[in-house]
Amino acid sequence: MSYELMLKTFGNGTRVPLNDVPEVALEVFLQGIVELTGLGWRILSYFGVPEREGAALWCVLAGSHRRLGAFHSWCEGALPSITAACPEAHLFEREIAEQCGLAVEGHPWLKPVREQDFAGNRADDDQCLTAVSDFYRLAGEEAHEVAVGPVHAGIIEPGHFRFQCHGEKVFHLEIALGYQHRGIERALVGGPHPATMVQMETIAGDTTIGHATAYAMIREGLTGVEPPPRAQVVRGIALELERLANHCGDLGALAGDVGFLPTMSFCGRIRGDFLNMTADICGSRFGRGLIRPGGVAFGCTPQQAEALSRRLDEVQHDYTGAVNLLWASPSVMARFERTGRISSDDALSLNLVGPAARACGIARDVRRDHPFGIYLTSAPPLVLEAGGDVLARARLRWNESIASLDFIRERLSTLPDYDDLLTPGAPAGAEMLSVALLEGWRGEICHVALTDKNGAFLHYKIKDPSFHNWSALAMSLRNGQISDFPLCNKSFNLSYCGFDL
Amino acid sequence: MLDILIHLVLMVLMPPLLFGVINRTKASFAGRTGPPLLQPYFDLFRLFRKGSIFSRTTTWVFRAGPIVTLAATLTAALLIPCGNHSPLLSFNGDMILFVYLLALGRFFTTVAALDTGSSFEGMGAAREVTYSCLAEPVIFIALLVLSRLSGSLSLVGILTHSSTALWMTSGAALVMLVVGLFFVILSENCRIPFDDPNTHLELTMIHEVMVLDHSGPAFGMILYASALKLYILGAFFLHLLLPLRVAGSLQDWLVFVMSMILLAVAIGVVESSMARYRLVRVPQMLLSASVLAAFALMLVVR
Repeated sequence: MSYELMLKTFGNGTRVPLNDVPEVALEVFLQGIVELTGLGWRILSYFGVPEREGAALWCVLAGSHRRLGAFHSWCEGALPSITAACPEAHLFEREIAEQCGLAVEGHPWLKPVREQDFAGNRADDDQCLTAVSDFYRLAGEEAHEVAVGPVHAGIIEPGHFRFQCHGEKVFHLEIALGYQHRGIERALVGGPHPATMVQMETIAGDTTIGHATAYAMIREGLTGVEPPPRAQVVRGIALELERLANHCGDLGALAGDVGFLPTMSFCGRIRGDFLNMTADICGSRFGRGLIRPGGVAFGCTPQQAEALSRRLDEVQHDYTGAVNLLWASPSVMARFERTGRISSDDALSLNLVGPAARACGIARDVRRDHPFGIYLTSAPPLVLEAGGDVLARARLRWNESIASLDFIRERLSTLPDYDDLLTPGAPAGAEMLSVALLEGWRGEICHVALTDKNGAFLHYKIKDPSFHNWSALAMSLRNGQISDFPLCNKSFNLSYCGFDL
Repeated sequence: MLDILIHLVLMVLMPPLLFGVINRTKASFAGRTGPPLLQPYFDLFRLFRKGSIFSRTTTWVFRAGPIVTLAATLTAALLIPCGNHSPLLSFNGDMILFVYLLALGRFFTTVAALDTGSSFEGMGAAREVTYSCLAEPVIFIALLVLSRLSGSLSLVGILTHSSTALWMTSGAALVMLVVGLFFVILSENCRIPFDDPNTHLELTMIHEVMVLDHSGPAFGMILYASALKLYILGAFFLHLLLPLRVAGSLQDWLVFVMSMILLAVAIGVVESSMARYRLVRVPQMLLSASVLAAFALMLVVR
């Protein structure tokens, strides 16, 4: 209990003066993280802000009753690792070692996350060489190593996968990313800049609405501006349309990976229909230019709303038909069942988020746990699946799609009367902390901003759901077949650029 | 003379059409128009005009792979009677040569893959060899059954012996052979549910992964040889399934071409209606094909 009292608690999307966030000694800080994660809190973000000789360490956690909590500490020289006691911290610690130059002591597998080395250097010609580093190795005559990527046979993003196999069986998979590291967080320091909104929309192209809304929530939190109700509804609709388009595309791609053509072809087309609905609202299929701090740039007229719900009905009919073909094909079910299984214990200790967690039966949905925007008044029902295999993740996507379709239709039928879409901005609060948490289609998106005495960003931390979930993909392959990797990979469908930032 | 000419012309020109037909069938099931029927020819033409890139780690084996495979498959094609017509080459025991020519082609594809030293291609080679070990017995047992039924030892004798009358007397054995051989056609030609010829996912490929390093004309030869393999295994299979004999020679050629196209459509339908097997299932399916063929043998020797 004492550790909970140590935290400064606040709500999603609000601001807290930096001085109100308690600073504690490093040992207390680390012990606090370990104790709190044992008490049901989860690490949302754990990062260092490099200063002079050392770094200020910040940790934001999510708890029950819509509470977020934060505290910070100071570290010089060496940071003791807490990964052994709190596995979900493993990647955060590697990130801190990379970004702050702190020596993390006792980390079981310390290596850079996105850069070539801990000094943040890249090779001479700006090559990214995360694939050229230490990997776990399986020794023995019959063991063999398979390296895939960063250049792939298909047109996908770059990432390196290293399998340790015995025949067709995978003993271990290690994933090396960082090929698309663009330095978004570094570019934000001293911001917001005129280009910031556009950069936010391109953190992960398929999560444009998600990241743009999270950034808008940060700005609104820092300035104390409230978006008009109609803007909140449009944001909700756009976010659910993004979820629908991606879930539908994923179901099609899952069918494609097992060579089941009918669903693959239909879902590919239907995904386009969902994207076109977003384009009808704002002119961009991915929702670029729609979300703005303080509201939205495009509204939804009653005529548009009516046309949209009519099209939703038509598309739902096709979508249902295409997906039912999947469930009705024994050959498809044979591939999905018991492939790429994650136990709920692993899911909890790796702090999985989004559909990957819910497919392991873990009730975790920001729309319900820490509601924001329109979800404060009504949220789609929580969808859960048990099993943690590819089938569970596929079924979850379908059930969430249905929930999203119902949610959008309900919102369209109760659109608030036409009024302002954009609340004018105000100066951002000085020396504030703001945290925005949002359920994107891949899971929990978390943005954390610290401002300096002028209200400019002192530090900005972005966490895409892929940050946690890549580890789950590696775990799901253990003792599996190497030929099932593409299917498992697709069932998570994680972002490379969202991770690389 | 005319028959020989038609045989040669069809053998050289028709195989890529089968791929075109399969792709169009799949496209129409998916609600798409699909690529033109002649797209495989355009692809081959494009590949043959390209230059080649050879990895520095490869040796002459890698370059010989596609050439030997194509040559072996072409020779095998000369041994197979198409419809009610004699092939160019025929002698007692040529059925053994036929099977081993196909095996020679596969051997060279496999060693060329191993020659690259790539872990993918090694994996693909291991899979290919494992599965073809299980597919070959089906063909051999089928040949045994047919040779027992016809009392002949050459491909012409055993294949053209099959007729509607034979179906009346030994239908049960033939049904089992047809099912077993259809499995083999699908697996040997890397079709769904055994393999996915269109996948871009290296780790799930069987045949495609072995030829990842080939480019330009060499890759064209591989594509053409695989079309030719489908053509000859299809011709072999059709003797059993549709032993249609019309009077005139030209009508017989027409029947042959039409039934080949029907076979391609049937493969397209299978590919459109089911998913791929999990890789560990493939040996089980091939073993069951062998078992079917073995039962057919028991029926005819009893």
